[in-house]
Amino acid sequence: MSRRLAHVDRVGIEERAAQLGARSIKTTAKQQGIRLAVSVIDLTTLEGADTAGKVRQLCAKAVCPAPTIPEIPSVAAICVYPSLVAVAREALAGTGVRTASVATGFPAGQVSLEAKLRDTEDAVAAGAEEIDMVISRGAFLAGDDVRVMREVARVKDACGDAHLKVILETAELGSYDHVRHASMLAMEAGADFIKTSTGKAAAGATPGVCLVMLEAIRDHVERTGRIVGFKAAGGVSTSKAALHRLVLVKETLGDEWLTPERFRIGASSLLNDLLMQYAKTESGRYGRSEDFSRE
Amino acid sequence: MTVEPRTSIVWEYAPAPEATDHLRLAERYGLFIGGAFCEPAEARYVPTINPATEEPIAEIAWAGPRDVERAIEVARAAQPRWAALPDRERGKYLFRIARLIQERARELAVVETLDGGKPLRESRDVDIPLAAAHFFHYAGWADKLRYGVVAREVEPLGVVGQIVPWNFPLLMAAWKLAPALACGNTAILKPAETTPLTALLLAEICQEAELPDGVVSILPGDGTVGATLVRAPGLDKIAFTGSTAVGRDIQTALAGRGMELTLELGGKSANIVFEDAAIDQAVEGIVNGIFFNQGHVCCAGSRLLIQESVLDEVIAKLWARMGRLRIGDPLDKNTDVGAINSAEQLERIETLVAAGEDEGAVRRSVACSLPERGYWFAPTLFTDVSPAHRIAVEEIFGPVVSVLSFRTQAEAIEKANNSRYGLAAGIWTDKGAKAFEVASALRAGVVWQNTYNHFDPTAAFGGYKESGFGREGGPAGLRPYVRVVR
Repeated sequence: MSRRLAHVDRVGIEERAAQLGARSIKTTAKQQGIRLAVSVIDLTTLEGADTAGKVRQLCAKAVCPAPTIPEIPSVAAICVYPSLVAVAREALAGTGVRTASVATGFPAGQVSLEAKLRDTEDAVAAGAEEIDMVISRGAFLAGDDVRVMREVARVKDACGDAHLKVILETAELGSYDHVRHASMLAMEAGADFIKTSTGKAAAGATPGVCLVMLEAIRDHVERTGRIVGFKAAGGVSTSKAALHRLVLVKETLGDEWLTPERFRIGASSLLNDLLMQYAKTESGRYGRSEDFSRE
Repeated sequence: MTVEPRTSIVWEYAPAPEATDHLRLAERYGLFIGGAFCEPAEARYVPTINPATEEPIAEIAWAGPRDVERAIEVARAAQPRWAALPDRERGKYLFRIARLIQERARELAVVETLDGGKPLRESRDVDIPLAAAHFFHYAGWADKLRYGVVAREVEPLGVVGQIVPWNFPLLMAAWKLAPALACGNTAILKPAETTPLTALLLAEICQEAELPDGVVSILPGDGTVGATLVRAPGLDKIAFTGSTAVGRDIQTALAGRGMELTLELGGKSANIVFEDAAIDQAVEGIVNGIFFNQGHVCCAGSRLLIQESVLDEVIAKLWARMGRLRIGDPLDKNTDVGAINSAEQLERIETLVAAGEDEGAVRRSVACSLPERGYWFAPTLFTDVSPAHRIAVEEIFGPVVSVLSFRTQAEAIEKANNSRYGLAAGIWTDKGAKAFEVASALRAGVVWQNTYNHFDPTAAFGGYKESGFGREGGPAGLRPYVRVVR
């Protein structure tokens, strides 16, 4: 299969993304936007030092992020390594917060397909309801689109009922043309969500990358009718950045995409900033970071 | 642990109107002659209104023939001393004006939006910063004229009359005044009938900058004031931006009088989308090309030429994108398309759109709720347009784009050039060689590649054919304001 790239103009896409970042989100729009942003968070911990204790604490936070502000909803999901899925699943039982796991040799993906499938099956068996896989960037950059798609399709099979989010790791793809092309491959191969980054690379969900992927989703849905979700992950750590991503989704895919079923933000430190900004809209004063729990 | 059921969160942008309480507008503005605001010789004050609400903002003195005469006398008297200043001293005044525009940017942006109906997003991010940038640019040229004009010695023309349109009131005043003053001329500026306010604030800025009296005079009024100015004795040059009909009238009036003239007139610019373009960015450029400033842009990309192989795709995407435009209160920071500038202009747009429907083109207008008061027109797309249709030939100067298709590069060039105008053009392709080839073949003063309506004080702007002559911006913009001595 010879590769034919669709063109994305770097200057144009970044101008449009920046223009949408200048939307003025104030008063009630800011409050609602913050609540919406909280509700789509995949609260994430992906460290070698993660323990069952830490994951349980994070789960409590995910269910009830701010006990003193009852209108703040639960986050969408907790995202952990496969070995901690069982802990998270138990802590989240009956809460409506879903358990997601990274898999397929996260974050580099430099293991055999067999190992990737086994990793996925283990996570699903342990109770993961959502799987975040990484594509083989090596295969993609070498032009082996067939292998990239085959791996996604096989992992999708291994997921069973679990939802599959496909991480493109856009910072390693080298151009917006490639980001768009990789988005298309992942969606063709069966991804339920496409996701920007692992959070381990130099750059993550930049406004330009998000917009390219959102436009790819719009075109895919237009052509096939199959709904695909979007997850912005990597570098979205402030309320302003989160609201900017909401604007990008709203004005590219429409309000139907502003739900946890179709849009997620993968983050760890974002949640507390959202809570601080929300408290500020209520009190008019900037709070202190100590006002909110750290897990 | 209790679990609250998930309810979907609806998210709409709240109204975000820019504050107006910081404005310090006067109830009445006089004429600005000889460094001071003064009463017109025959007292005539006309309200300037907000086109988004039809409410009056301030009363504006309109100049009469005697005022024009006096302004010319004052400008004539001031000119030798202005020209005799060391070049860099003239530059200093222009730098000062530029900085004062920046200092008062917020106020100027709000007034521009109130008086003209354009979205605040544009007046704040485009009009006012660019106006300051033009003064900065020409301030730098003031002491380097011989390098800019490439002649050993140049001298100013003398006294210039400058008539600007209502679509970019302050920016066009800056385009006119900055190079004229840098070259040592004195100027009489006639702002447009419907948008005089920012020019009068610029008069205040000239006072704050302590610009010598008489170097700049500002005479508001309607077309009769412009006609008087054009026919008055004692001027060395007229610079006009506006409609081709008025431009023709001016050229007739100036014939045989030994005066210099530059005209920047209308356009029906072609925006050409090739099949190998980055389609989503092209759609964005089409939107920016025709809906920027409600299409009240002389270089608007109003003739959209799309290669047949991508015609349906581009139209579908464009129509979807048009549905996301936010139309309404120009002062709201999230508004994309504001009010039509005047009742007269709205009528002209409605007439031409009706002609488009009568001639058989297919009209689609965005379904949006428009405010009850004020002048509004929903963004509109015409398909099945033939090159002979009036909407493919005449300048509409509104948020209306006419789509034509083409099959080959040669046909695109031929169709693009098949116009009595030649102001601007856009080319959308990912192929660099094709872009340069097409650009060289287009008879248009400005050709944008993979962008549209991008303005920069360093770049020359002006037209071919009925779009006028003379260039504004960059070193080329100096030439129309000097006489080469040797």
